[in-house]
Parts: sequence; structure tokens; C-alpha cells
Amino acid sequence: MDTGLQQLLDQHSARELLRLVVVGSVDDGKSTLIGRLLYECDGLFEDQIQAVRKASAKRAAAVSASPEALAQGLKAAAGADEEALDFSLFTDGLRAEREQGITIDVAYRYLSTARRKVIVADTPGHIQYTRNMATGASTADAAVILVDARLGVLPQTRRHAYIASLLGIPYLAVAVNKMDLTGFDRDAFERIGAELVDFARALGFEGVRLFPVSASRGDNITRPSARTPWHEGGTLLAWLESLPHQRRQDDAPFRFPVQYVLRPHQDYRGLAGQIASGTLRVGDEIQVHPSGRRTRVAGIDTFDGPLEVAASPASVTLRLADEVDASRGDVLAHVDQPPLALHQLDAMLVWFGEQPLDCARRYLVKQATRTAPAHIERVLWRKELADLSEQPAESLSLNDIGRVRLVCRRPLLTDPYRDNRRTGAFIVIDALTHDTVGAGMVLGPAEDSAPGKVDASLVTQPERRAKLGQPGAIVLLPASADASTRAFQLERRLFDLGWHVSTTHGDMEVALALAAAGLVALVHTDTPQTRRALRAEARDAGAAWLELDASEDLEAQLARVVSLREAAR
Amino acid sequence: MSEHSFARASHLSELEAESIHILRETVAEFANPVMLYSIGKDSQVLLHLARKAFHPAPLPFPLLHVDTTWKFRDMYAFRDAFVARHGLRLIVHQNQRALAEGINPFDHGSQKYTHAMKTQSLLEALAKHGFDAAFGGARRDEEKSRAKERVFSFRDRHGQWDPRRQRPELWNLFNGRVDAGESMRVFPLSNWTELDVWHYVLRERIPVVPLYFAAERPVIDRGGTLLMVDDERMRLRPGEKPVLRRVRFRTLGCYPLSGAIESSATTVETVIHEMVSARQSERQGRLIDHDEEGSMELKKREGYF
Repeated sequence: MDTGLQQLLDQHSARELLRLVVVGSVDDGKSTLIGRLLYECDGLFEDQIQAVRKASAKRAAAVSASPEALAQGLKAAAGADEEALDFSLFTDGLRAEREQGITIDVAYRYLSTARRKVIVADTPGHIQYTRNMATGASTADAAVILVDARLGVLPQTRRHAYIASLLGIPYLAVAVNKMDLTGFDRDAFERIGAELVDFARALGFEGVRLFPVSASRGDNITRPSARTPWHEGGTLLAWLESLPHQRRQDDAPFRFPVQYVLRPHQDYRGLAGQIASGTLRVGDEIQVHPSGRRTRVAGIDTFDGPLEVAASPASVTLRLADEVDASRGDVLAHVDQPPLALHQLDAMLVWFGEQPLDCARRYLVKQATRTAPAHIERVLWRKELADLSEQPAESLSLNDIGRVRLVCRRPLLTDPYRDNRRTGAFIVIDALTHDTVGAGMVLGPAEDSAPGKVDASLVTQPERRAKLGQPGAIVLLPASADASTRAFQLERRLFDLGWHVSTTHGDMEVALALAAAGLVALVHTDTPQTRRALRAEARDAGAAWLELDASEDLEAQLARVVSLREAAR
Repeated sequence: MSEHSFARASHLSELEAESIHILRETVAEFANPVMLYSIGKDSQVLLHLARKAFHPAPLPFPLLHVDTTWKFRDMYAFRDAFVARHGLRLIVHQNQRALAEGINPFDHGSQKYTHAMKTQSLLEALAKHGFDAAFGGARRDEEKSRAKERVFSFRDRHGQWDPRRQRPELWNLFNGRVDAGESMRVFPLSNWTELDVWHYVLRERIPVVPLYFAAERPVIDRGGTLLMVDDERMRLRPGEKPVLRRVRFRTLGCYPLSGAIESSATTVETVIHEMVSARQSERQGRLIDHDEEGSMELKKREGYF
């Protein structure tokens, strides 16, 4: 390979990834700014530019039939004038977006600079689509917020800056756009800048920078503008290239949410997952949560061979020194740095649901690789974005942001979001519609428990076992057409043998409650999701667990349940 | 070791780790996933990532090739050899009814043909085998409506995509909940660019179909698009005569619908070099994208990948 080519390849592979989100209100030029960045960083191809030339001309002709406009459009189509290119057309890709001239959904664009590969999330400004803005912001390392120089700071600007800070984006650039339409008025720029910088600092950004720009004309985007000699802050691109790489969390406590168990044969059991944070070495002593079992790391496996050490964000497979039970949803951590295990927690929640948050409704919470049934016990307050005040609220509506008390039936193995964006984040799924209705950030354990409140049963499992002469247990019957008949037959036989036993069809909560009360709960259900979740929850609750096989006859099944009593002693 | 850790620090390794996470997440949450295999470079990269994700276990899902019967002969040969060498499970599905009706890219036009042989055929195959998740190698940098696509892209009972009803997708937390009959299209390569794919092909030494590299091939020039005459089924228009030209393909599909480019790049390295200096986008040679503005979006709504 020739050396020039080798250099090119090395340069490309050494670039760091930066995730950027561009936010702002409707019509302040986000799509145009991104189109401009792509154009000037050579992120576009000839045929794409030609297509936009054509579309720019068509749009110009359609908007107004005046001869001037038409002439301007045709001029653009001929490629004579770069400034007549409608840069927003490089990004607004959906038909409805082009028809309405607005951005509906987040789009991802890719550009390469000398030092960086940048993934740009182009997000909608319209309040109706705030959820899509949050989608783009959740993974971002830096945010650019646009303000129209003529309009100044709008409520939606504040909302977006607040969401960006809430999602933990450390760096913010304020691009005061359309400066060309104010004659590059320095006073207007500084007025807007001062207002927003004060606001942004109050939100806790690490760094806030201001740029006077014209996205449509290209001032201070990648080239310093001669029209703003008073601006000493450089270009937006230079700022992007100067930001430190944030996401590598090698020094943070080690967190490994188990994603999938690989078991190709009897002699191999590997825990597959992505290291959420921290560094792991072969031989390290680690602890499996929530069971608390300790063991050592026997190997870190990859397709490319074993590793001695691995760090976030690598996807690897771990082998443990002992046959400890660990499965999807569990978290491995070093013994001296455990995650929080929380049934009850306080969190910030951004609500996306068309239906308001309902404290009586059952939701699912997905955090790391764990999905748990949950409900919102109460809304502690709702953020009023106009003045950032905390308002009392019963519920949250679409696009509201508030602090809530969350109660999960399985403990979340988590960290405060401010310490760990990977393990402190969760989404809320409506258990009925399966829609993603909320995005949450863990603050910490639920505070201010009522004085004298008792959280857990005062009767222990050993006491129940001694009294009833049996362990509380969940017995899962095989899925079959006559599952209920078989369950009732088994229940009868067990009852006759002196067992305290009951039968339930598919209801996970009933089954867990029965087992917790010391009974043997015979459960039949045919949905795989319920079967999997039940198993995980029984494990977390410490209930004895038995899954019967379809090939066993009644006598064999009976014998296996009876043996539970022996196993429990 | 130093070379290795250098590679680890690059954005390619970060993309790799993210893609593996997505592959594992899908397999953990769905009962019956499948990987769409189109024999192209993106499919090869996706397959390579899948083998990494589940190593040392075999792939926990089959591959599905939705075969229009009009792929290049080199592609079929490559597919069969690759699948045999790695012991992969491959399902080949063809829309039998459309074949019986004689639907082809010449008489029916690219739109009707694509709908029958790709979109309908894919939906047929997914329904027949009851797949509830299907991996695809699509990247967001390919086309504007793809740039809007989620990693986990929800499809209703009819396999349709509604861009206005996409689930918000935050962090790396994917909502994989579907009801019976509904399904998910999953795109682990969403954040990769064409250049990333080629760079990864080079780094990992991933085999790809030889058509990606320049060679003398019989082509005709049809309105500026270079079409390769791959077999005797090609319909030549009056005055068209295949001539040998040194060409290669940036994207592979059905041979009567895939435009070639003139090139002298015969290795992965020179392909990358050519691409860095190229000023035409990858899909420029894809006739089906250009039927009308927004045509990819319309196809996706109907269930196309």
C-alpha cells in the first residue's frame, strides 16, 4: 500500500466520534445550519447537491409566482449562486416535512472534520415533537442551540436548553442565527447572548460559547466572517473540534449489565454485554447484583481472541470463575463499588405520552438490560419552563418535565444519572399499548419516607416456612391447551398431601403475592414474555422456583413439587 | 498490543461495540428474529458483527435472502460459497406468484417490479416463518428518509412503517415490545457511513462480492447509466451493443437496475481512496431511488426495507 493511502486510512481510523445535537425553535434555521456544515465539510456529493438545486428552484417557483422569485430559483438551479441554495433541503427528508417546511422527526447526519467524525442529530423545534428532540439529545456530547437574531430567546429555546442540561450534555454553543438580517448588529447579538448565557450557566453546563452566524450565508460556521470583526470566539467548527471526548468512562466504577447468556455447549457459559462504564481485568473480584454472589473474572472473551483488560464502551463476553447464577438484567460490579439497588426511587421524567401520566396505570421501566413492571407513586413537582420554577402537579402531560417517585417491582440496579448516563437512564413503556411514553433520569433513592412508615413485611420467610411447613414457591406449568386442567389436578393432589397450594392463570402479581405469603402457587401461562419475567421476578424475590416439563406425567410432576420441601430444608 | 489498543480507541471500534449491543439486545428480546441477507457489503459487515456478537455460539437466527431472481450471477455464487463455508442457515424466498405472472424489471417498470419482487416478497417471507424481528443493513447516510429511521423501527400487522408514529428512542434503550403479528425492523448499522463500512471491511478482512472491484465487464450506456449485461435475459434496445469497459459497483441489487461506475479500483484500499475523492453519492446508481422525490419513503411505508 502506498504511504499516502496508508496515512489517509490511519487518519480516518484515529478520528474520535462526537455526537452533536442541534436544537432550537421552529424556523430559526437548524436544518439550514446542518446543511451548511455538511456542504462546507465536503459531506455532500455532487448528485445530492444537484438534486437540492432542482428542489430549491421548484420550491422558489411554488412559493411565489413572481418573476423575480422564479428567476432566482432558476438561477439557483443553474448553479450560478451558491447562496440561493436552500440548505435545509439537504436534511428535511420526509415528504410531509418538505410540504410543510418543518422538521418533524430527528434525522442523523454524518460529517468528518480533520479531527472528528461527527454524528449530528437534527431535531425538530416544534413543541409537538419535543420527544424527538429529546431522542436526539440523549446520546449527545454537545449541543448547538439556535436563536433567531431578530426574535431573541423564545420559550422553546429555554425548554430545549433545559432538556439538554437535564440529559447531561456538558457543552453548549449558542448560535445566534440570521445575523445577516439584522445587519450583523453587535448590540442585538450581545443582548441575546447575555440573556441566554446567564440562563445556561444556571442550568449547569460546563462550557457555554456564543457565535454570531448566518447559516444561509455561511458566516462563522466553518470560516471566520469578515462581517463580524468584533467577534473573537472563532467558528462553530473550531469549537466542535476543540471539545474533549466525553463518553469514555474508563475511570468510572465498573458496570456490566448482563445482556445475554451464551451457552453453546455444556463447558462454556459466557455473559455477553456492553461495558457501561469502567474497566475490568481478568482476575478481578466482582459481585453479581442483585443476588450479591461474589466471584472472579476467569476470562474476557471476544471473537478476536481473549483480552486481559477491557473498558467501556466495548461489547465483550465474560466468563466467571464459579458457576454463579447470573442472567439478563443482572449487573456485575467490583465488590467495593456496588450500584444502587432501588425499588423506590426519585427521578426526573420527560413525558412523551399522548395520554397524561396516570399514577393508577401499570407501566414497564427499561433500565440497562432490565425491564420491570412499575408505577409512578406520585408526581413531586412539574417544571415550569418559562421561569424554571417547580409547580405542584398531579400528573404530567405531553412534553412536561417533572420529578416523580417511581416504584418498581424488581429493584433497578442503577446509579444517579449525573454520575453515570448509561446506568442512570430509563425509559417508561406503556404496558398496554407498548408505546414509549417517558424518559427518566435517576436522582437517587426515594427521599422523605413518611416517619414511622414500615416498608417491608414484619413477618420473615423462615417464620412463614416454619409455620406452614413448606417453602413459598412458584411452580410454572408447561404451556399447553389443557394447562388449567392439569394445574387443578395437581392442586388437588398437593392439597390432599397437606400442602398449602393455589392456582393462578398468568397473573404475575398474584403468583408473586401467593408465594410471598408462603403458599405454593401453580401458574399456567402461554406468553413467553410473562414466563421470562416471572422467572426473573421470582429469582429477585427469593421465592423457590420450579418449572415443570410437558413430558412429565402427573405423578412425576407431583414428585418434583414434593421435593421442593426437601430442597428448602 | 499497542496496535490493538489503538484500533480500540477509534470510532470504528465504538460503532462496532454499539452494533453488537443492538444485535444482542434484539436476540434477547424477540422470540424469532431473522437477518436479511442481500449479499452486499453492508450485509457482509452485519453478518461479521453478528458472528462477533454471539461467538463462540453459532448465530441464533437464520439468514433470509429475498431473491428477485435478477441478482448478478457473481452474487449467487458468492452467497452459496459463503454460506457453505460458515455453515450458516439460509432461507431463500422468491415471490412465486409474481414469478408465475412473469413480472420482470423490463415490462413492468422498476416500481411495480420492486413492489412485487422485493416488498411483497419480503412481507410474504416474514409472515410465512412468523419472524417478529428482522435485521437489515441499512445505514442512515444512504438516503434522506433512512436518516429518519430509528434503530428499532416498529412495523404494524401489515409490515408498514409510519414515520409520524415512531417510538422515541433514547440512549441505548430500545423498546422491543410488540403484539402478535407486529414486528420490528432492526438496523444495527444505522450510525455507520459508507466510508466506515469500507474501512471496516479492510480492518477485518471481510470478503465481499468481486463486483465491487474494477474489471472489464460488458456494459451498455443507457441514458448515462452504465448497465452490465450479466446474462442473456437482458433486453437490449435498438442500437444498444454491449462493450467491455472497466467498471465496478458501489451498490449491488438487481443487475438491470444497478448502475456501474468507471473505475480502476481493484482492492479495498483503492476503493477507499477512490471514494474519498469521489463526488457522487453511493445511491446515485440506484434507479429505484429516483422514480420520484421521496420514493424511498413511500416504499418503506409499504414495507420495503
